[in-house]
Amino acid sequence: MTAVKIETRAKPRVPGRDEAKAEEPMILIEDLTLHYGDKPALKGISMQVPKNRVTAFIGPSGCGKTTLLRCLNRMNDLVDGVRITGRILVAGRDVYHGSMDVTELRKRVGMVFQKSNPFPKSIYDNVAYGPRILGTRSRAALDQAVERSLGSAALWDEVKDRLHESALRLSGGQQQRLCIARALAVEPEVLLMDEPCSALDPIATAKIEELMDELKSRYTIVVVTHNMQQAARASDVTGFLLMGELVEFGETPKIFTTPGDRRTEDYITGRFG
Amino acid sequence: MSWNRLRRKVVSGAVVAFCAAAVVLALIPLGFILFFVIGHGLPALNAAFFTQMPKPVGEPGGGMANAIAGTLILIGLAAGIAVPIGIVSGIYVSEYRKTSLASAVRFSADILNGVPSIVIGLFAYTTAVLPFQRFSAIAGGLALGIMMIPLIVRMTEELLNLVPPTLRDGALALGATRARAVFTVILPAALPGILTGVLVALARIAGETAPLLFTAFNNRFWSTRLDQPIASLTVQVYTYAISPYDDWHRQAWAGATVLIGAILTFSLLARAMTRRLERMHRP
Amino acid sequence: MSTTGPLRRSSGEGRLFPFLTGAAAVLVPCLVAGIALVLWRESLLSIREFGFAFWRTSIWDPVAGQFGALPFIWGTLYSSLLALLLSAPVALGIAIFLSDLSPHALRQPLIFLTELLAAIPSIVYGLWGIFVLVPLVRRLEIATPAWLKGVPLFEGPPLGVGLLAASLVLAVMMVPFTASVAREILKAVPSAQREGAYALGATRWEAIRMALFYGRTGIIGAVMLGLGRALGETMAVTMLIGNNPRISLSLFAPQYTMAAVIANEFTEAADPLYLDALVEIGLVLFLITVAINALSRVLVWRVGRERTVRAGRPVPAAAV
Repeated sequence: MTAVKIETRAKPRVPGRDEAKAEEPMILIEDLTLHYGDKPALKGISMQVPKNRVTAFIGPSGCGKTTLLRCLNRMNDLVDGVRITGRILVAGRDVYHGSMDVTELRKRVGMVFQKSNPFPKSIYDNVAYGPRILGTRSRAALDQAVERSLGSAALWDEVKDRLHESALRLSGGQQQRLCIARALAVEPEVLLMDEPCSALDPIATAKIEELMDELKSRYTIVVVTHNMQQAARASDVTGFLLMGELVEFGETPKIFTTPGDRRTEDYITGRFG
Repeated sequence: MSWNRLRRKVVSGAVVAFCAAAVVLALIPLGFILFFVIGHGLPALNAAFFTQMPKPVGEPGGGMANAIAGTLILIGLAAGIAVPIGIVSGIYVSEYRKTSLASAVRFSADILNGVPSIVIGLFAYTTAVLPFQRFSAIAGGLALGIMMIPLIVRMTEELLNLVPPTLRDGALALGATRARAVFTVILPAALPGILTGVLVALARIAGETAPLLFTAFNNRFWSTRLDQPIASLTVQVYTYAISPYDDWHRQAWAGATVLIGAILTFSLLARAMTRRLERMHRP
Repeated sequence: MSTTGPLRRSSGEGRLFPFLTGAAAVLVPCLVAGIALVLWRESLLSIREFGFAFWRTSIWDPVAGQFGALPFIWGTLYSSLLALLLSAPVALGIAIFLSDLSPHALRQPLIFLTELLAAIPSIVYGLWGIFVLVPLVRRLEIATPAWLKGVPLFEGPPLGVGLLAASLVLAVMMVPFTASVAREILKAVPSAQREGAYALGATRWEAIRMALFYGRTGIIGAVMLGLGRALGETMAVTMLIGNNPRISLSLFAPQYTMAAVIANEFTEAADPLYLDALVEIGLVLFLITVAINALSRVLVWRVGRERTVRAGRPVPAAAV
């Protein structure tokens, strides 16, 4: 097995960190299979996504990583002809169970998309959207939520003087951070990120990776990325998917230096894209 | 579930229910109309309807043969005016789409589309009836043709734009001039769609009444002369509908049934042809 | 002819092609200008005779040579706006259903049925209106309780024909048209907008509301297009409205619209002033519908649609 030269950031040893591994996983996926009509897109996926860490899904185009991500907040419900078997438990509750209220699930499991999609409203109204539909009416409470979320997304200083300007005037990187702020405003437990940096320049990308590192102390983050270096840099745990199957799943440094499966190694060394 | 969440769910459910109800609400008059028109019209449709002329006022019987022929002649005239102008204009707008003339044409076509048909009738009256001091089929054809033009222009433009640029590039690369490329490659590719659209536009204007009221006027007798007033299905139905005679009412239903039948047939035909075209072009 | 961009002549391109096709194309704007000009010229007698008082006077008595067109403006606006009020919510509901809520299998058949509703000729609506709707409305009018009849909105003998019958038919005619344009607008809203809302925990309605917000100018444009069509509607209206040139608030009263009076009286008009007065009404009808269509076109196009918009008539089925 050749040593693979991919830089992984040296992580400071946090006392008690390894004990955290024995904690309840935030998300538990058991034998998840998904069909689009007749075609299987996910085959028998099982994994445990740990709490307060960054989990990355990597794999070539079409391997199912985005599909898997979208199962976690049931966004696949919006697609016609999707069939799902298996179980997904978020914080111990079965996501596909009849008693699960989808809107509540999506409040607890937030999502940021590949291309930022701010609403055609002001920056303030974008971030306040979530709290507003959840019933917050008081101006003071909304102001607080907006400031808090924009702060968490490292955008507050840049926009605090122009909160009522249209969100569409922001740059690409700022818009994406705005979308992150918008997702954080409803105080989720999990944040799903679908290739959040693919449309951004390296500087904006670096800012978002920094953000992910800050946010994980308060949220569980799952990120889909086609950029292996990003996964190696920014994640704690990585899952490699290939053609709908979860080939390998484990601590990021291990996956990238000593992968257990031949296919993982081939992907990481660039034998296929 | 919290009160807020419950409220939101109820509101969402109510809106969904309202939208479904709206669909049903719209379908009710459709069913109602079709049911009534066809219900009254079908029994009144007999051989006489299609072969005889209207009987004198008050006498029962007779038919709308002249009106049917008249409508066919009128839409033929309209097509003769609108199709050449419409297709050629459409070619210009598609080929030279960034010019100001093209924008002006697109804008005017949309405006013309929205002009009430009675106003177009006034225009046709002034230009084709007044100078000759008589109502005529030509005037009616002119009015209908003017109404058809914007439909044909826009449709031709859209269909020409849909032709894959690789076809044009191929023709030009072989040394064809722009004109040749358009007429020998691009237009033929779009032609089936254009013809389908022409059919649909014809069906649409065949149902028009207002612009014929003082252009083609009406004619109780059989006439295929273009310089004389001519009967049409729509005007005849109108005349009979507002008359006090039951028998004429019966015939009005029959005429309306023929109209709806023709339009339905055209729509279904056009839809089938469109679907066949889409399948042909799919890779 | 401009020589920028696509018109830059390469050696393979003649002058004839753009000239001939352009000549045909220029006919279209010329037609519009021509209609305006002709209407203007043919109504000069009336314009010179009455001036703006034409539109403030409410006596229309051709026999006595008195021509006041206010009743027609009133009837046109009243019937069209009432029809708009009735049809817009239904049309929007249909548009939302077809774009966001309908099960996949139902979508195409429902669209076809909506197009069918739009394809029914005005005369057929009128015919059905006379023999089916009017008796129904008359029964409704008879059934109105006495205390309600005192209200100006409901006073008058139960004739059946009148503003209510005409507005109802207009509303039915407007629905499929507004619905199809509104549906196009909703289709053009990027799905990322709805997804963004859903991902934040929005309910079905809340996500649809976001799409409606995104496309709001276009939807207003769609409603205006429907209004434009109603203003010019002739046959069904003249068969159901009673054709009485009086200004009345009552829904049950027979009234008159601009399009209806032209249709009814043009062939009877003998003297030039009468004719010109009717043409002047046509001219104003023309100007109003042009203004509304131009405005709504701007609104609908603002949503960034590349597709064409048929102002006034539903899209022919073949033009995909």
